[in-house]
Amino acid sequence: MAQAVTPQASSPARPREVPWWAQPLATVVALGVFSLYALWEALTHTSGRYHNYLSPFFSPDVHSWGVRVLPALWVLWVPLLFRATCYYYRKAYYRSFFWDPPACAMPDAKPNYRGETRFPLVINNLHRYFLLLSFVVLAFLWKDAVDAFFFRSGFGVGLGSIIMLVNVVLLTVYSLSCHALRHLVGGRLNCFSCSRGAMVRYSLWKRITEWNERHAMWAWMSLFSVWITDLYIRLLISGAIHDPRFIR
Amino acid sequence: MKDTITLSVFRGDHTGGEERSYDVPVTEGMVVLDAVHYIQQHLAPDLAVRWNCKAARCGSCSAEINGRPRLMCKTRLDVLGEGVIHVRPMKSFPVIRDLVTDVSWNYRVARQIPGFTPAHPAPFVMHQVDVERSQEFRKCIECFLCQNVCHVLRDHDLKSRYVGPRFMIKIAELEMHPMDTVDRIDFTQKDAGVGYCNVTKCCQEVCPEHIHITDNAIIPMKERVADEKYDPVRMLVRAIRGR
Ligand code: SF4
Ligand code: SF4
Ligand code: FES
Ligand code: FES
Repeated sequence: MAQAVTPQASSPARPREVPWWAQPLATVVALGVFSLYALWEALTHTSGRYHNYLSPFFSPDVHSWGVRVLPALWVLWVPLLFRATCYYYRKAYYRSFFWDPPACAMPDAKPNYRGETRFPLVINNLHRYFLLLSFVVLAFLWKDAVDAFFFRSGFGVGLGSIIMLVNVVLLTVYSLSCHALRHLVGGRLNCFSCSRGAMVRYSLWKRITEWNERHAMWAWMSLFSVWITDLYIRLLISGAIHDPRFIR
Repeated sequence: MKDTITLSVFRGDHTGGEERSYDVPVTEGMVVLDAVHYIQQHLAPDLAVRWNCKAARCGSCSAEINGRPRLMCKTRLDVLGEGVIHVRPMKSFPVIRDLVTDVSWNYRVARQIPGFTPAHPAPFVMHQVDVERSQEFRKCIECFLCQNVCHVLRDHDLKSRYVGPRFMIKIAELEMHPMDTVDRIDFTQKDAGVGYCNVTKCCQEVCPEHIHITDNAIIPMKERVADEKYDPVRMLVRAIRGR
């Protein structure tokens, strides 16, 4: 028979395998630890070069161009702004750091909400420019990845060469799956069938749309690959490990 | 699955109310709406619930089941575990009675969106490549679960500033139509309030039609607004060309 019960609490039990806070917590830990690592790397080192290997934190190699003061900072502002304005990372930090909202149907943390209508968050609308800048950095990283296969003795393949190649491939896929790029190549058109050029753009848009569906995955994989590549080269520089060479 | 399950259902109206629990015998394949109907038929004939198709097509039976916005007719009891099932009305809209909410605000918003204005009267020859984006948006059954979960409307009640995800897909559908002639970019920024969306994708997570609301409608509309309202190079080019 019907009976009165106390009103439901504001955060009801959910039919989920993972609790609501697991995702924000994992994001805070991953991005937090990465940021601390990046600060340590950028503030306490002047070079990321080990023979023909160059850490992505120090590429382009502004150190060899004569910049002696904190060269990583001259490089890192581009990927930092690129990722900070990326639609996926926006979702991640609005949920996990700002709690706007921490999870779906959970209350927001703060009463006054303006979304992305005011400074500074309105700058996120300029993501396309940071995308273009990141393509410049990407060109340097491809050059570094090629250099990583050319040792003093000539062509060779070391574990570092493979790590650097995987890293630049992941960064490329992450950049090519960008929402702003999807818009630029074709999303802004209303009529794809109206011209041959528009149909070419449609094909590109279709391809980017496929990659874009996994944009979050590429965002994380490329973040971890940058981290692993830098850590590997840092350990080589410190002498803690040696680079196994598969082809000499 | 147990033989009976307890549903704790909100009873009340916009002035307040409380949850009451009812024991319901479970049958194979039962959904939450079946259980609510059992309560209505056997335990509480005055329980108000809105429904129509019982097939996830009409969008009437939206509610919050264990705190999650869902269609009652599409939520099987066996996915909810063995505990008490809490059923409440949608939080973002005023309760009329029990599980029935007043969603008329959505219809008022719909009327504000500048309608389809073709270059010449129909019929048109349409190519599949040009309609596939809007075909996704037209799957919408107007259940308003996305409106309900959107924190801009749900937590901040900014209904006067943001039209919500359901109407962002409506605007996107019209804007991407090759035959349409109206420019809704100013409307999208100022009246529809696209800047209030922070792309946290809860609308996309709850949509029973699996429409990629954020990825395929809101983000593309944010990019179109950026083209006209935030991109300094495009703004400069337009100023030079005198448009
Ligand atoms: S993505 Fe935007 S529209 Fe969708 S729920 Fe989040 S804030 Fe609302
Ligand atoms: S977009 Fe999806 S969730 Fe929103 S009203 Fe339409 S069907 Fe419902
Ligand atoms: S949206 Fe993520 S990189 Fe552009
Ligand atoms: S009754 Fe029609 S959608 Fe549930």
